[in-house]
Amino acid sequence: MSKQKEAMPYEYILQVKDLHTSFFTDAGEVKAVNGVHFDLPPGKVLGIVGESGSGKSVTAYSILRILTEPGRVVGGEVLFKGEDVLKYTKKQIRDFRGAKVSIIFQDPMTSLNPVYTIGNQIDEAILLHTKRTRREARDRSIELLHLVGVNEPERRVKQYPHELSGGMRQRVMIAIALACEPDILIADEPTTALDVTIQAQILELMQELQKKLGMAIIIITHDLGVIADMCDEIIIMYGGRVCERGNADDIFYNPKHEYTRGLLRSLPSLKRSKDRLIPIAGSPIDLLNLPVGCPFAARCDKAMRICLEQMPEELELGENHYAACWVNVRDICKEAADE
Amino acid sequence: MNDILVDVRHLKQWFSIRTGLFATTPLKAVDDVSFFIRRGETLGLVGESGCGKTTVARSMLQLYKPTAGEMYFDGKPVNKNNIRELRKEMQMVFQDPYSSLNPRMTVGDIVGEPLDVHKLFKCRKERNARIAELMSLVGLSSEHARRYAHEFSGGQRQRIGIARALAVNPQFIACDESVSALDVSIQAQIINMFKDIQTKLGLSYLFIAHDIMVVNYMSDRVAVMYLGKIIEMAATDDINDRPIHPYTVSLLSAVPVPDPKISRERHRIILEGDVPSPLRIPSGCAFRTRCPYATAQCAEETPPLIDRGGGHFAACWNK
Amino acid sequence: MRENHNKEFKKNPLSIQIDLSKFTLATDQEKAQQDIMRESTTFWRDGMRKLSKNRLAMASLIVLIFIVILIIIAPSIVPYGYEQMVTVNGVRDKSAQNLAPFTYSELEQEYMDDNGEKLFPHILGTDHLTRDYFIRVIYGTRVSLIVGIFASFIVLLIGLIYGSISGYLGGKADLIMMRFVDIIYSLPDLLMIILFQVVLDQTLAPVISGIPILEKLGTNMISIFIVFGLLYWVSMARLVRGQILSIKENEYILAARSVGADTSRIIRKHILPNCISVIIIATALQIPAAIFTESFLSFIGLGVQAPMPSLGSLANTAREGMQSYPFKLLAPASMICLIVLAFNLLGDGLRDAFDPRLRR
Repeated sequence: MSKQKEAMPYEYILQVKDLHTSFFTDAGEVKAVNGVHFDLPPGKVLGIVGESGSGKSVTAYSILRILTEPGRVVGGEVLFKGEDVLKYTKKQIRDFRGAKVSIIFQDPMTSLNPVYTIGNQIDEAILLHTKRTRREARDRSIELLHLVGVNEPERRVKQYPHELSGGMRQRVMIAIALACEPDILIADEPTTALDVTIQAQILELMQELQKKLGMAIIIITHDLGVIADMCDEIIIMYGGRVCERGNADDIFYNPKHEYTRGLLRSLPSLKRSKDRLIPIAGSPIDLLNLPVGCPFAARCDKAMRICLEQMPEELELGENHYAACWVNVRDICKEAADE
Repeated sequence: MNDILVDVRHLKQWFSIRTGLFATTPLKAVDDVSFFIRRGETLGLVGESGCGKTTVARSMLQLYKPTAGEMYFDGKPVNKNNIRELRKEMQMVFQDPYSSLNPRMTVGDIVGEPLDVHKLFKCRKERNARIAELMSLVGLSSEHARRYAHEFSGGQRQRIGIARALAVNPQFIACDESVSALDVSIQAQIINMFKDIQTKLGLSYLFIAHDIMVVNYMSDRVAVMYLGKIIEMAATDDINDRPIHPYTVSLLSAVPVPDPKISRERHRIILEGDVPSPLRIPSGCAFRTRCPYATAQCAEETPPLIDRGGGHFAACWNK
Repeated sequence: MRENHNKEFKKNPLSIQIDLSKFTLATDQEKAQQDIMRESTTFWRDGMRKLSKNRLAMASLIVLIFIVILIIIAPSIVPYGYEQMVTVNGVRDKSAQNLAPFTYSELEQEYMDDNGEKLFPHILGTDHLTRDYFIRVIYGTRVSLIVGIFASFIVLLIGLIYGSISGYLGGKADLIMMRFVDIIYSLPDLLMIILFQVVLDQTLAPVISGIPILEKLGTNMISIFIVFGLLYWVSMARLVRGQILSIKENEYILAARSVGADTSRIIRKHILPNCISVIIIATALQIPAAIFTESFLSFIGLGVQAPMPSLGSLANTAREGMQSYPFKLLAPASMICLIVLAFNLLGDGLRDAFDPRLRR
């Protein structure tokens, strides 16, 4: 079992700077990610929240460079311990994926290969990146299954994915991801395909593992409830850009972007009263026809003409609380003018 | 006049699953389920995957032939003789906005299909007018009728599905996970629409979802299902404030709450183990394998669903 | 302290250049301008657009159209019949055997010199029975194309009906019907064809004796049609059944049932329109297979009866004289290749453009 990671000489283990990713389809260029940046300190948990089309998953795939054709990173840098991952050679990227940064996907049903036993699949991850014998790898796999809470690991190791339940499969995925003690674990919608009671188990497991192994985690989800008390920092994305970032208290109790406010208002969970929900008007943005201004402007009831014409920049509004919204600019200027 | 619109009694839906060359095992998707829905009321049906909630809805609409049990609609028993007529009274909105609309039909034809099937309009112009009316009822413009389903977003497609369900002026609609596949910001729009239509047209709903928060918001009463049986059924507030069955308690505590303070402070009851396969339902109370209060009796006898007072039903020996 | 940090958000909001007039609320119209819906395209229009971009497929289409035009108008232009032996002044012209392209026989030359008329040239020369070769190739192409298309049509009809019934019914009926398909699949087709021809030859001859067109085709040809109809529908049936099984899973079928639609409406309006593209593609790819099979059969002597030419039988006859008159083999062989290639490329193009399974 690994011990706590020693104090990192790096301030940030991952830095994404001005990332741009597009898909070049027959119908045109789909701009999935348009200038995303964030910094991840070692051992911290970052939550990326957004709906479909926000670019959150594409960001993760861009970091690992596992985009499928016709997707391509068209700009920006991804610095892992200071090195630009986007400039890695093929060999470097293979050493990077799975060993330094691993990912678990949404659907455990399709992420595991049905024709290999789960033992084989975990062994594979170990053997690819470390110099262990098969015997040692198998022992390590059993250890990992134990770590992720799979009961009877010696028996399970010989089973096939279809013999396990959804929750078990997700645990196996986590075991595979942790096999080489990565510095960062990316979890792409890890609980969306699971039942609520299993979701709770998996989230608890991830929190335990994070404390035990000291790795950084990036959780990508559309469910605000999932990241409410797990994350050190939360990023809200819309239309391929970051709208707002801050810690959980900032985001939930003091949102500074209209989209964040809209999301919180439209959730039925926070109110037990039977008043009408206040939904966000309109439909999600068409990434083929991105407007010049703020991507959210067409759906925002506080939109101003400047919102349609100019992209807002992220401004610091509190301690580590940033939002990209012209309404904040207006309010601050008003305050300043009133003084 | 009786205000009970839909009355389901002892519904059983068993499917035969082939397990060997000649052997079959029964998959007891729905096992002796009874409930009623009043006019204008919404009954929420919640549970995790494999609990049988979708099967309940489809059996109610006779899309599967029920293995056993009876159903009464507006006092009349439902059987294969009157089901065609009753299809004008009972409709369904499906989960997946992408596969519930025929990609080769225009939106107008999709919405108008119930009208065509039941031959409600002889005149083409009147039919089209009705279609336009339905589309504006769900917030779409009538000029969209010429378009095809793939040109619309998920939320808009779901609206089309709702328009289709409303075409024949039904009294009852089963909403089978109708908002689960939508983005959060769109979900709220569709939920509002369901509520508005209910008020306007006096509809009754069976609202099925796995997100208990959405079900709470939409429903007057809620039924919780586990592996084919209803294990608790009560008014929404009762279920949330005073849950009786251990499964309900853990379900409510496991739901992710988008409020950091509440989330940090609450005590989550994390159940051990996984949901058993519906092919091998444990004897007695199906929940006993994960229940912290299970006793020997739970393995031998299935607890009946009993009224604990004030219309709050629960099926548990120990609570 | 954030070292090495993205300096972008250190800006003081007050330092931004702003134009106060822009800070008025945007109207709904201004917002709506961003929300234009893309132009409506149907599945067909979209597919045709894709197809027209595929140059190989378009070229194949043009080639096929050209061939069809050729075989329609050629007989009107060329004054020779496919079984007509060259005669000059009513006398059989023995010297007109195996002429090279664009040459005349001695007798023809004499005739032209005497009368000053210009006889229509033999574009591909003549065969060993002094028949104009070009027109024979034209007629051969006709036969091959007609056989190919008709046979594919029969396969389509039987396969479609069988496959849709089997697919829609499901359960035991489907099980039994598919086992039957398996049995037929395992029969050796060439052997069956030969057997059928032997048997049918006896029985068919009296049946078709009254009908000139069938007589011309010959019992061989008819038995080929029959065998195609009996044997080759199976792959189409499997394809259609597979399509229907996967379409049945869609919720819109369930929705149609919940609305009250009966079986025939569901099949007509919901299932069939969704399989059509796959069926068209399969048929387009079936045609060259049929043509090739017919050519092969004619090549080995089991095809149309003489004197009706077929590309395969022409190739067979030309085989012997391959050394001396290579073009006689080249002409029908290239025509077969051209047609088969064109149909295959067109079929591939159709599949790339229309097959819903390949869509992203």
